Amino acid sequence: MIKKKIIILSAFVMMISSYANARDQIKIVGSSTVYPYTTVVAERFGKQGKFKTPVVESTGTGGGFKSFCGGVGVQHPDMTGASRAIKKDEMELCVKNGVTEIIELPIGNDGLTFAHSIKGKDANFTKAQLWKAIAHDVVIDGKLVKNPYKNWNDIDKSLPAIKIEILVAPPTSGTRDAWDDLIMSKGCDEAFKKLTDPKNCTKYREDAAVIEAGENDTLIVQKLGSTPNAFGYFGYSYLVANKDKIKAAKIDGIAPTIEGIQKYTYPVARPLFLYAKKAHASVIPGFKEFLAEYTGKSAVGSTGYLFKVGLVPNAKETEEKVRDVATKLVAMKN
Amino acid sequence: MNNIKKEALLKKRYNAEKRFKLYGILSIFLAIAFLFILIFNIFSKGSGAFLKTEILLNINFDQKKLGLNNNSSEKEIREASFDEILKDALLALAPSAPELKQAELVDIVSIDAELEIKKFFLNNRDILNKSYEVSLTLSDDLDQVYKGNFPRDIPEDRRRFSDFQLKIYDELVSKNKIVSKLNWSFLTNADSREPELAGVASSLVGSFFTLFVCLLLSFPLGILAAIYLEEFAPKNKITEIIEVNVNNLAAVPSIVFGLLGLGVFLNYFYLPRSTPLVGGMVLALMTLPRIIIPCRAALKAVPPSIREGALALGASKVQTVMHNVVPLAMPGTLSGTIIGLSQALGETAPLLLIGMVAFINVVPSTPLDPSAVLPVQVYLWSESAERGFVEKTSATIIILIFFLIIMNSFAIYLRNKFEKKWS
Repeated sequence: MIKKKIIILSAFVMMISSYANARDQIKIVGSSTVYPYTTVVAERFGKQGKFKTPVVESTGTGGGFKSFCGGVGVQHPDMTGASRAIKKDEMELCVKNGVTEIIELPIGNDGLTFAHSIKGKDANFTKAQLWKAIAHDVVIDGKLVKNPYKNWNDIDKSLPAIKIEILVAPPTSGTRDAWDDLIMSKGCDEAFKKLTDPKNCTKYREDAAVIEAGENDTLIVQKLGSTPNAFGYFGYSYLVANKDKIKAAKIDGIAPTIEGIQKYTYPVARPLFLYAKKAHASVIPGFKEFLAEYTGKSAVGSTGYLFKVGLVPNAKETEEKVRDVATKLVAMKN
Repeated sequence: MNNIKKEALLKKRYNAEKRFKLYGILSIFLAIAFLFILIFNIFSKGSGAFLKTEILLNINFDQKKLGLNNNSSEKEIREASFDEILKDALLALAPSAPELKQAELVDIVSIDAELEIKKFFLNNRDILNKSYEVSLTLSDDLDQVYKGNFPRDIPEDRRRFSDFQLKIYDELVSKNKIVSKLNWSFLTNADSREPELAGVASSLVGSFFTLFVCLLLSFPLGILAAIYLEEFAPKNKITEIIEVNVNNLAAVPSIVFGLLGLGVFLNYFYLPRSTPLVGGMVLALMTLPRIIIPCRAALKAVPPSIREGALALGASKVQTVMHNVVPLAMPGTLSGTIIGLSQALGETAPLLLIGMVAFINVVPSTPLDPSAVLPVQVYLWSESAERGFVEKTSATIIILIFFLIIMNSFAIYLRNKFEKKWS
């Protein structure tokens, strides 16, 4: 009786471990900004019927690299999406765990839009103005003071006389990282940097003017639609999907357009990446074909299906270069 | 004099009682009002997802274009491309459309339209070379227009669809070629990034497998632990510490169990990631104390006279417990288990860490296939930009609430039906 149970149990364990050892499905982790694009590609890839649909997890850029760099082998993911380039310490972690050959694919671009309800008047802000509206402390008359600005025209006479009300993403969000990098750090006063640690440039004020609205960008969009004077920032795809409710403000006089984001003339544009493990290319069925699909013209081309869900395509030359890297599986230099 | 004083005092006490009752009624009323607002909000948003909009399209099953004949095998049909006849049918809606607008015509139907035609043909082999009206899923943008969730009287550049598409759509509506049907595919399809095709089947089955694994592990372990602690364990320091820990464990935030699952099940035992097996194991850890506590309470509620009677008749301790005490405690135990499981059904946080917050496009067939669960589906859809997912999110919440109500009322039924009153 006991013997029988042991046999059944060990058979069960072996079944699980053999399952874990032979994976016939691509596993992708990473950024929640890249997730909507990767899933669309994964779905179309699966519908072709040659390979299984890849499993795509939304873990965030940092969490994605952590498990991607965990090692080589089927229990580790094959690819990870990232809303920024891989950092040095992440690269070191990868190399330490034996993940030495990494394929880096800039799949397209994302622009952060600073948007508000279509009921509001068109607006234009400079980076410095945006920093002054959001920062915790500002410099007035050479002294560091707590942010006193209540209305937009307190910052600059040319701005409208409406209350400052900005919905922001929480500190864990990659969108906020990008905003801090491209707006808060750059719009920060030189005088401020002299008076205190430049790291404080990205500290947000804690009064009613800046409201932390949670990770859910859809909710921010809904709130913006119902409060005409409030602003919020989020990815370009949310603007595309909700054009009936919200519109984007200009930043430094430039409106978010596909071309502006593509060429980075729009100040808050960033490339999005997919990283893949070369060591898995010959082990996981469909690995090469998936990369080919993801970088193919029908997906990331200027009229591709990813464009329709809001991914801003690369410029023509970059697009072809990336396609080349993907088909030849060229690993990046570390 | 004294009487008047007494009466005044009495009146005061009565008034205090009335006020207290009023507060109670008010708070209940408030709670019910909030509940109704919540339910109304979810139902008014989510009911649309149970209907889907389809377009009746006249399709010519041209033999040459399909490359099939009357004797084609099923395999040949599955491999044949129906794209061309679909495109022909769509272009026939506006024969004089310039080439630039043709892509817009193709976007009127969902990306599954070709598969739908193929399926239709497989069921009706004799229509080769004939024209036939096939019902195809409309793309989500126009579906949202039909349901009135997307305004149409705004400038073209603010819309997700062009004037041209709207014109074609209006023509189709006036010809009664756009129909609304019960959306069975919402229950039978797996998750999709196209709102019109997305369904809850993958997460529903995933939830079922996860709960099954959870029940299989936590129920026997929980009951055995409870019986031992209540009936057999000596009362000393060690059992006291265990008891305190069990109570503490029930209050530990669920994400901690997720971290435990990640560290032990995934990183040490190398169990497959994103699977209901690991999800069920993690949730079982979480559910265990929530089963042990009500089970012990149920055992405690069995009067000592039952035990003494059995012992007096010569039954051993084990016989007493197993034949007399446990059966009497079963209703309370079962309802406690079901309530524990229904809490596990609504859990997302621990599953995030073991990879179950994922895009799963296929319905899992075993607990070893990657899958998502219902609350995760709610979370993922609520984050999606497309308008069509708003109603899907609420509809999934409705389904989740439906299952919770069923489970909880089953627990109440068990308790009322089988519980013995000792009085």
